[in-house]
Amino acid sequence: MHKKFLALIMPFIIPALLLIFWQYAAYQAQNVAVLPPVGRVLENFLHATDNFIGLGSIPRNIGVSLIRVLSGYTAGVLIAVPLGVLMGYSKTIQRLFETFISIFKPIPPLAWQPLALAIFGVSSIATVFNMPFGQQYVFWGNFKIAMIFMIGMGSFFPVIASVMFGVQNVRQTLIDSARVLGASEKDIFFKILIPAAAPNIINGLRMGLAIGWACLVGAEMLPGSLAGVGYLITHAYELARTDLVITGMICIGVVGALLDSIFRVIGNRYFSWESKTR
Amino acid sequence: MKVTISVEHLSKVFQSQNDLEIHALHDLNLSVAENEFVCILGPSGCGKSTLLRIIAGLEKASSGSVFYNGREHTRPGKEIGMVFQSYSLMPWLNVLDNIALGLEFARIPKAERIAVAQEYLDMIGMSDFGKAFPHELSGGMQQRVAIARALANDPDVLLMDEPFGALDAYTRILMQKELLRIWEKHRKTILFVTHSVDEAVYLADRIILMSSHPGRIKEEFVVTIPRVRERSNPRYGELTAELLSLLEEG
Repeated sequence: MHKKFLALIMPFIIPALLLIFWQYAAYQAQNVAVLPPVGRVLENFLHATDNFIGLGSIPRNIGVSLIRVLSGYTAGVLIAVPLGVLMGYSKTIQRLFETFISIFKPIPPLAWQPLALAIFGVSSIATVFNMPFGQQYVFWGNFKIAMIFMIGMGSFFPVIASVMFGVQNVRQTLIDSARVLGASEKDIFFKILIPAAAPNIINGLRMGLAIGWACLVGAEMLPGSLAGVGYLITHAYELARTDLVITGMICIGVVGALLDSIFRVIGNRYFSWESKTR
Repeated sequence: MKVTISVEHLSKVFQSQNDLEIHALHDLNLSVAENEFVCILGPSGCGKSTLLRIIAGLEKASSGSVFYNGREHTRPGKEIGMVFQSYSLMPWLNVLDNIALGLEFARIPKAERIAVAQEYLDMIGMSDFGKAFPHELSGGMQQRVAIARALANDPDVLLMDEPFGALDAYTRILMQKELLRIWEKHRKTILFVTHSVDEAVYLADRIILMSSHPGRIKEEFVVTIPRVRERSNPRYGELTAELLSLLEEG
């Protein structure tokens, strides 16, 4: 019982210490623009549905950010997964794309910002789909192509790397076994390589989403944004509302952790064989 | 006597990293009769696994050919099944789906192939393990499933590449007995690679003794000891001793 209780509170010890330290530092600083007390941030969360600095409620900002990240992520994944599988499967395709990918991979997504802006300007989902002006237009106008591009870039590389690694490292014995059972090349591809690589593919999807989400603030610094957690942080900074900056940071952290745990649950549920097989 | 597998002037040369040529197999000739149980015995590195992989069509010969029922065999197919040493089951499929895998490739409907798989599961004495996953089974059970999977596909020839090599001595003896029982019931042509003299003497109709550098056939023995063979039989002991001394010569 005692042990169980200890195990239960264990994860909260460090955050609690951090809060105490923060409160103490805020007290010492005596300047809410430098470091507001814990209570100020807590209050923001208690009034999460209020309209903050003209940007709307916290859930709304999170929602806008989520749609942004998920659309960029989806775009990145839709290209990265098939390409990664093909690169893992065929040496020729791998050679074709290898250099290209290794040159682009080290470029941080944030470095794409000026170019993304120059190429895509302020075009958004609303302008791409030629929506009529109105409430819908204003909402979808939030999702700039340049942002989606940056987030997609962030997600793309970890996904393609894991997928390729996963397909390349499928045990040869599994492929050979399938061949002597009469598998066609298509069977090998869809019934052996893909399921065998699935744990690595899921792992790549997980890393990709984490990085895509982490690109949020950078992407939302682009002009033309009216909402989003990243934009909330930038805008609050300009107004010296440090309490809101911290509120936004906590939101990014918590949502990011939740997204990650979805993948962890999927991984544990469907791919538990992976950690148990040599 | 019908010849099922015939290997003619087979050579395999590997190119090593520093451009040395390694002669894994050199001008090897072998023929296996229908329903014959042949053991290929030799030290590690004598090319016996390579030979098996070439017969299966998983690897190309440098020169020479393999004939199956008189026709050249170059690519893997369901007529010639193979059991590997270990870890050859699909870890994401349960036991039944693993056994039914060959039938799935043959596009046999789900219900039908599961029924066949269950039959083979019963045969290996694991009726209750259909829903288990490979990682939940012991090494011996995994190999039994691998054998059932190969048999469920109803191959004509079964190639076995040290299938019991990773098992403990006791399990190994049980598996050998079981294999003979299955072979006597299903009458397949079996080509069984091993480096265990005892295993070869216990199982084979004929033992092909190989030597290495380059891999070639050193000698052949027809084993006439009636089955089930008793290890206490003096002829068993004599043959074992003779094979061991030949292996020692290299």
